[in-house]
Amino acid sequence: MIITIAQQEIRTLFLSPLAWIILAVIQVLLGYMFLAQLDNFFLLQPQLSQLDNVPGVTDIVIAPLFSLAAIILLMIMPLITMRSIAEEKRNKTLTLLVSSPISMTEIVLGKFLGLFFFVFILVSLLMLMPLSLFIGTPLDIGKLLSIFISMLLLLSSFAAIGLYLSSLTDNQTIAAVSTFGALIMLWIIDWVSEVLPRNQEVISYLSLLQHHQTMLEGIFNSADVAYYLIFITVFLVLTIRQLDRGRLL
Amino acid sequence: MTSQAVVQVENLSRFYQNQSAIKNLSFSLNAGEVLGFLGPNGAGKSTTMKILTGNLAPSEGQVRIKGFDIIESPREAKQQIGYLPEHPPLYCEASVDEYLKYCAQLRGIRRQSINKALDVSKQQCGLSDVGRRLIGHLSKGYQQRVGIAQAIIHNPPVIILDEPTVGLDPIQMRDIRHLIKKLGQEHSVILSTHILSEVQATCDQVQIIQQGELIYHSSIETLNLSQAPSMTIGLNQPPTIEQLKQLDQVTHVKAIDEQRFELFFEGESPAQAIVQQSVQQQWELYELIPGQQSLEDLFIELTQDETSVDPEVTNK
Repeated sequence: MIITIAQQEIRTLFLSPLAWIILAVIQVLLGYMFLAQLDNFFLLQPQLSQLDNVPGVTDIVIAPLFSLAAIILLMIMPLITMRSIAEEKRNKTLTLLVSSPISMTEIVLGKFLGLFFFVFILVSLLMLMPLSLFIGTPLDIGKLLSIFISMLLLLSSFAAIGLYLSSLTDNQTIAAVSTFGALIMLWIIDWVSEVLPRNQEVISYLSLLQHHQTMLEGIFNSADVAYYLIFITVFLVLTIRQLDRGRLL
Repeated sequence: MTSQAVVQVENLSRFYQNQSAIKNLSFSLNAGEVLGFLGPNGAGKSTTMKILTGNLAPSEGQVRIKGFDIIESPREAKQQIGYLPEHPPLYCEASVDEYLKYCAQLRGIRRQSINKALDVSKQQCGLSDVGRRLIGHLSKGYQQRVGIAQAIIHNPPVIILDEPTVGLDPIQMRDIRHLIKKLGQEHSVILSTHILSEVQATCDQVQIIQQGELIYHSSIETLNLSQAPSMTIGLNQPPTIEQLKQLDQVTHVKAIDEQRFELFFEGESPAQAIVQQSVQQQWELYELIPGQQSLEDLFIELTQDETSVDPEVTNK
């Protein structure tokens, strides 16, 4: 049943041109950045070759690329998640799901799985760029895998919070703007850490991108993975509760 | 047919903040019956249906569908229901086939039987020719039919239709009533409407709800029987009411305007006598209509005393 809803979610996503355009735009932007980073690397290469223990192409080209990708996607994910539940509310099609023999949990998990599939396609497409370097040079596969997983977890967290905010309203624009606001807040929340040294650790721990950064460096810390998983779970549970509440109002 | 009621509603109440939308509603429906749910706008018809289908939680009371409580075992209860809400839940960008297939999957129909279920429900609702068309491009009447097809695709014992003929032209209305009658032979149907002739044409049971309270419940047959027979006559040269009262069998006469009268009578119809008297005494009879709008009279009679209520309260 969860799969059925996920399939429908993906179908509606790809029936509108929005998903295709988003995939294309991201690919073009990041492709350009990828080339720019590569050129940089070629400029640096003669100097690097004279040093010992230098960072490799994975560190210089790929990690910064995905650090930037995270910020671009932070602005784009709200556009993907905004319609998820808000549109069903607006078109009154949520009734179809609610009166079918499925639980709210299944509905929410199905929706999330659909979004996760989109995220998976997106990240896989982006990963093709660094993988193309295999033609000319060896890469650090462990780091690539860490980057891949980190991107998946990060974008799934974006999707989870977007799904929740989409369940709060029947207006897509409101869902998108509030998701956008929440994500930016979670990005910049650690910028005050120098002003508030006492709470520095807590605040920087809350920042979504902080965890992404460490995983990009190839440090696969289970605490970071747990952070993402807890983040996703919390927002999915909130979404389920929100849909259940709709019956009481 | 089983003796046990398919739908059982006990002491159902529902409050929006402090206003109550329905109060202490109880009724039951047997297999193979069509129940007409009548009421003025905002009387609580849609609210009741939303509660029956699990879209709203009741504040008090119980709903059992085939013995399954809608709150305690929603999955089993919902499996027994096909529901067409006030606004049909359609995905405009999907084709009829895609949409119905999705609905079939949601209702847990097995993969092998989906195509068959699709064909049956399309055929029943007259959608066989539009399967590949986008729902958004269909006319309102066809969209409404897709909504009904969606409700019956898993062959549920209970079908709940919220104003199924709203916004349709007279021919489409007739088709849909036909369909509802046909469905009523195998399924239990609950139908809400404010069109009275629809209830008289399709339903076995009628239930009138006003201000969230059940004010009338009876079968259509008893309703028709209990009605005192009447007829309306029009005379160009009318006699006095007293003269009309002296006709055989006539018990009561009501003047509609100067030339038209409503006669209530017992036993044999006095039509023959009226025609004869009209010729003899030159009343110039030009109209004679046997009375039939009994449900409408009843409806107006029952709901009128409270029509002066604040519409804000009822429009929930």
